[in-house]
Amino acid sequence: MDTVFGIQFKGGVVLAADQSNARSILVYQNNLDKVTKLSSHSAMGVSGPNADMVNFTEYIAKNLALYELANDGTKLSTKAQANFCRNELAVALRKGPYQVNLLLGGYDEKDDAGSLYFLDYLAALQKVPYGSQGYASNFCLSIMDKEYREGLTEADALLIIEHCIKEIATRFLINQPNFMIKIIDKDGVRVHSFGGDPADT
Amino acid sequence: MSILEYNGAAMIAMAGKDCVGIAADRRLGIQAQTVSTDFTKVFKMNDTIHVGLGGLATDVQTLHNILKFRMGLYELREEREMTPQVFSHLLSTLLYEKRFGPYFVEPIVAGLDAKTNKPFLSSMDLIGAPVQTKDFVVSGTCTGNLYGMCETLYKPDLEPDALFETLAQALLASVDRDALSGWGGVVHIITKDGVTTRELKGRQD
Repeated sequence: MDTVFGIQFKGGVVLAADQSNARSILVYQNNLDKVTKLSSHSAMGVSGPNADMVNFTEYIAKNLALYELANDGTKLSTKAQANFCRNELAVALRKGPYQVNLLLGGYDEKDDAGSLYFLDYLAALQKVPYGSQGYASNFCLSIMDKEYREGLTEADALLIIEHCIKEIATRFLINQPNFMIKIIDKDGVRVHSFGGDPADT
Repeated sequence: MSILEYNGAAMIAMAGKDCVGIAADRRLGIQAQTVSTDFTKVFKMNDTIHVGLGGLATDVQTLHNILKFRMGLYELREEREMTPQVFSHLLSTLLYEKRFGPYFVEPIVAGLDAKTNKPFLSSMDLIGAPVQTKDFVVSGTCTGNLYGMCETLYKPDLEPDALFETLAQALLASVDRDALSGWGGVVHIITKDGVTTRELKGRQD
């Protein structure tokens, strides 16, 4: 039921995800943060059961931190991080799969550009200019197909995100009142806006 | 719904006069939904070998990584390049090792013998049963269409440019009748002088 989507713009990536934590007919919370920061300049929007979401993102984030510590501060590119995630998912697939569908976004100083990677629970990886996971795709992909252009500004990208959120609010059966939007650019990962503050207990 | 049809694929490899060509579509789908229109399914393994991996996308990528690794290992130990025959046999063995939990990929191998410049074509099923042919091999979600087009358009000893045309037309006509494949195409023509890669303009539906 999770809604996750993202768009690449000139100099970065925007990632958005709903904030509902629900199972069956019960909503546990409306301020869950499903866009987890992985490294200084990358984050992952995740969709799936909460257990796999948390376990997988923590495992990846900590391993990325370990790599930097063990390799004299060398940072992994977004492409390398995405391929690392893919490998972990692929190995786990035939043992005990993580049922997480994700969108990994990051900024690389080397190219001064953002990149977005689509990674499904079967570990199929593809670099995309924009993407979405879950039921959101039915509503958002066409909007993004129509409105995306090369060299979008951050403001343009946010407008498209807003448009997608409006469409989901209008036409999606499941009520998802709050969305977390994060931006990744040369200054790192920052929260743009949220509906519910994850810090509220 | 078969797991081999989850992501969608279409590919052909065809032999010409001292050349070989391999073509594939570019769609990555999740059942009915199209996720990407530039997914790579044909991989250059070395100057003389290209492999087309059609099937479940995750296994396409996993198998590509494994093959790259095994080729590298072979070249380090043997201090020579792998030949298409050896590569094809390696792939067959790799797949059979997973006999009771297979990779959901049905590959095609297109190669050129480095010394004789004779084409090499092979294909196999998901557990590595190999077939070697002189004319063409196909794989994907529209093999019926592909076989029909290839049987009709194929002529032996085509020159590289004619081979390109034949591959392109056979692929495009086949994928246009299959919902799960298409959204663009790519053709690689391999000769002793190198590889020419061309993108195909096709129906984007």
